Amino acid sequence: MHIVDRRLNPGSKSLENRQRFLRRAKALVQGAVKKSSQDRDIKDVLEGGEVSIPLDGMNEPRFRREGGTRDMVLPGNKKFIEGDILPRSGQGSGRASDPGEGDGEDAFRFVLSRDEFVDLFLDDLELPDLAKRKLAEAESEGLRRAGYATTGSPANISVSRTVRLALARRVALRRPRPETIAELEAELADCDEARRIELMAEIAALKAKLRRIPFIDPIDIRYRRFETMPKPVAQAVMFCLMDVSGSMSEHMKDLAKRFYMLLYVFLTRRYRHVEIVFIRHTDRAEEVDEDTFFHGPASGGTLVSSALQAMHEIVRSRFRPADWNIYAAQASDGDNSGSDGAAVSRLLTEMILPVSQFFAYLEVGETGGSTFDMPDSSLWTLYQRLRAEGVPLSMRKVSDRSEIFPVFHDLFHRRRKQEKAP
Amino acid sequence: MTATAGCLFEGADWDFTKLQRIHDACEEIARSELGLDTYPNQIEVITAEQMLDAYSSAGMPLFYKHWSFGKHFAHHEAFYRKGIMGLAYEIVINSSPCISYLMEENTATMQTLVIAHAAFGHNHFFKNNYLFRQWTDAEGILDYLDFAKSYVAQCEERHGRLAVEQTLDAAHALMSHGIDRYPGKKKLDLRAEEKRAGERRQHEESAFNDLWRTVPTGPAKSAELLSSERRRNLLGLPQENLLYFLEKTAPRLQLWQRELLRIVRHIAQYFYPQSQTKVMNEGTATYVHYRIMTRLHEQGRLSDGNFLEFLSSHTNVVFQPDFDDPRFSGFNPYALGFAMMQDIERIVSSPDDEDRQWFPDIAGTGDVMAVLRNVWANYRDESFISQFLSPRLIRHLRLFHLHDDPEQRAGIRVDAIHDERGYRRVRRELARQYDVGYIDPNIEVVDVDLAGNRRLMLRHAVVKGAQLNEVDAKRVLQHLADLWSYDVSLVEVDAADNVLKEYVLNPRALAAAA
Repeated sequence: MHIVDRRLNPGSKSLENRQRFLRRAKALVQGAVKKSSQDRDIKDVLEGGEVSIPLDGMNEPRFRREGGTRDMVLPGNKKFIEGDILPRSGQGSGRASDPGEGDGEDAFRFVLSRDEFVDLFLDDLELPDLAKRKLAEAESEGLRRAGYATTGSPANISVSRTVRLALARRVALRRPRPETIAELEAELADCDEARRIELMAEIAALKAKLRRIPFIDPIDIRYRRFETMPKPVAQAVMFCLMDVSGSMSEHMKDLAKRFYMLLYVFLTRRYRHVEIVFIRHTDRAEEVDEDTFFHGPASGGTLVSSALQAMHEIVRSRFRPADWNIYAAQASDGDNSGSDGAAVSRLLTEMILPVSQFFAYLEVGETGGSTFDMPDSSLWTLYQRLRAEGVPLSMRKVSDRSEIFPVFHDLFHRRRKQEKAP
Repeated sequence: MTATAGCLFEGADWDFTKLQRIHDACEEIARSELGLDTYPNQIEVITAEQMLDAYSSAGMPLFYKHWSFGKHFAHHEAFYRKGIMGLAYEIVINSSPCISYLMEENTATMQTLVIAHAAFGHNHFFKNNYLFRQWTDAEGILDYLDFAKSYVAQCEERHGRLAVEQTLDAAHALMSHGIDRYPGKKKLDLRAEEKRAGERRQHEESAFNDLWRTVPTGPAKSAELLSSERRRNLLGLPQENLLYFLEKTAPRLQLWQRELLRIVRHIAQYFYPQSQTKVMNEGTATYVHYRIMTRLHEQGRLSDGNFLEFLSSHTNVVFQPDFDDPRFSGFNPYALGFAMMQDIERIVSSPDDEDRQWFPDIAGTGDVMAVLRNVWANYRDESFISQFLSPRLIRHLRLFHLHDDPEQRAGIRVDAIHDERGYRRVRRELARQYDVGYIDPNIEVVDVDLAGNRRLMLRHAVVKGAQLNEVDAKRVLQHLADLWSYDVSLVEVDAADNVLKEYVLNPRALAAAA
């Protein structure tokens, strides 16, 4: 008899099968998620957890029989005698029917991990292609140890490795140890004549060998080798700019919040570390915490340039563009004081956009107001003009909760090389 | 037998030396007292996650990759995490050496129970039951699965994952109809055929009688009928093993696809005996563990506390709820099997008059184990129940037979109960519930239109008015048509040859066909 302890075997033997299953179910899960994201809280959707998908394409059909006359033998007869007729819908016959295996299984439920879920959820989205923009080098170079080399700069000599190799060589070539020679010489001091000549010859031979085999040979020397490798900037900062002037209703803020949330989830998937900066503005801008951002009361006029100015200053003081990927999303109802246009366009084109990976403008409107009916606001008109001049800006209008995901999806949809970002 | 070996273990903890000791103690009893004959044992300790893995691949330690196993895994996992489903204490594989998986969470008592149950009870059954001997190759199965796994992986590499997946999907759909139910007739080779023809000629010469010439031979068969008979003979029709038929005759399958069908067919065949011997298999194992555990306790090698722990889980295992109990979900094979084994023990050792009348062959013969070993070797569930379900057990379980005819508006009729008139009928009906001939739909390939559009014709012989579920039947037939690559038709025919329903499906373009 053998006893085998399998507990330490690598787990997840079914992982491959599970992945195959998910790959097959992908279209279904994504479809289900997108549908439900239209009227559910985005946060809940992204939490993953249990999903239920229709069994279409996932079923494993078999020939099954149903109907017809059935005979069954059951245990536990209490009071029936031969010839009794039991009503079909009663207690007696209800139990008797087979536990249905067929029709109950039209939806299949299982648990997805959050990662699996978000992967599926954001699968066909990607960050906009940055190659053609000014900040093409989103990556910096780093050095990495890459073993040892026989050539290199003296500063990089690896002493331990060199000495180890030298020792191995000395042992292999049987280089006499100085102690051996010293011992022989001590013996030489007090011994007879015949032995003396013998010893002298031996010592001479050893000394010659000692000279022939160097302690450290150039072939022993090893240098630490370094390799340059591109180091991606693994952190990103996300600026949330929002107009909180009186004209922004709770509904509009809710829309903006949902958009920011999606952007955050999306960025955390790409970058190891994501910071968020909330800037709210009326006619002046301030950096606030999240709660104040969404719920703090504020009133005043509207000066968009103040927010852009604030963002610019924060970037300059805290987020060096070389070390940070900078994303910005601005939400507003589109009102802006007429005289501010020039300042906005100057700040955007000269300060903000050159250092940003992506700048999105989301114009939020009231529910019911179809996006097509919204008259172009002053900010929208301004941004549209900038875009026409070739400034890389993304902009969308949203007036209903259900449009958030489609708009988001649209902005980050994976594109062919030629297609231009919206 | 010396009864003073001392306790095998104390408390609930176990380690590997204790497992060894437990196994040796069980083996001693199994060999010398029960006379069991088993494959060598291999005991593997696994974790809950590994148990879930094993669940999703039909309990086998290795299997080819397919999405459906991932689906089952996700399903089991969701249930397990929610606490709806517990995990089995063990899984045992019909292989040589016989592999038993034990869960690491089990207490020492449970490990003893499980070793006695799986490593000796199931193991003996696998090695000795005629179905397993006839249809499975315990020595070869692990090697075969290994081959299957690497072959499928190779195919995926060479022909693309999609093509392989489609073929396997189709094969899985037909898996329950990829089984040989009877050992086939051996085809004669040329020499044997010649010899037989010679013998026949010789016999005719020696028994020549001119009178035979005058005997009328009936109407001559038409040429059409002759050619159809010849065609069906050549194709080996009718054929109920659909996968075998496709593997051998589907016109446009690639060689590797035929090999995949063969793999699925072989695996289905390997599991075929298990579905026919659930009651007996579990009954045997439960009876064996009960005997071994009781004996260990008698010998003082199992403390009273541990024995009580065993009894508690044993009674849970053999619990049979009544039909009107909310927990009822059909017969518990452990309960029925164990009750019948114990009943046989009683009949053999201390029968009453009724038993002598019903079971004259075994009543009072005295040697319980000899009778049981014979039963375990030579029966399957259906024949076991129809032979050995005693009136006393029918009374004890208070079995009754319901006949549900949808035509009968009034309701369901109680056809027989546990009385003198009903014993045989109840027993026959219960045996029938375990008869694969009644459980699986009887579907055969009956003909192929070779001269015309190569349509493959199948026939479902409807029993008791139970027709195929239409949605599923269409899906399976679609898979069948894809493999056959021409039209496929299925007719459902009742006993009087009336056609009840007809399906026709056209093949889809398969990725593999390219």
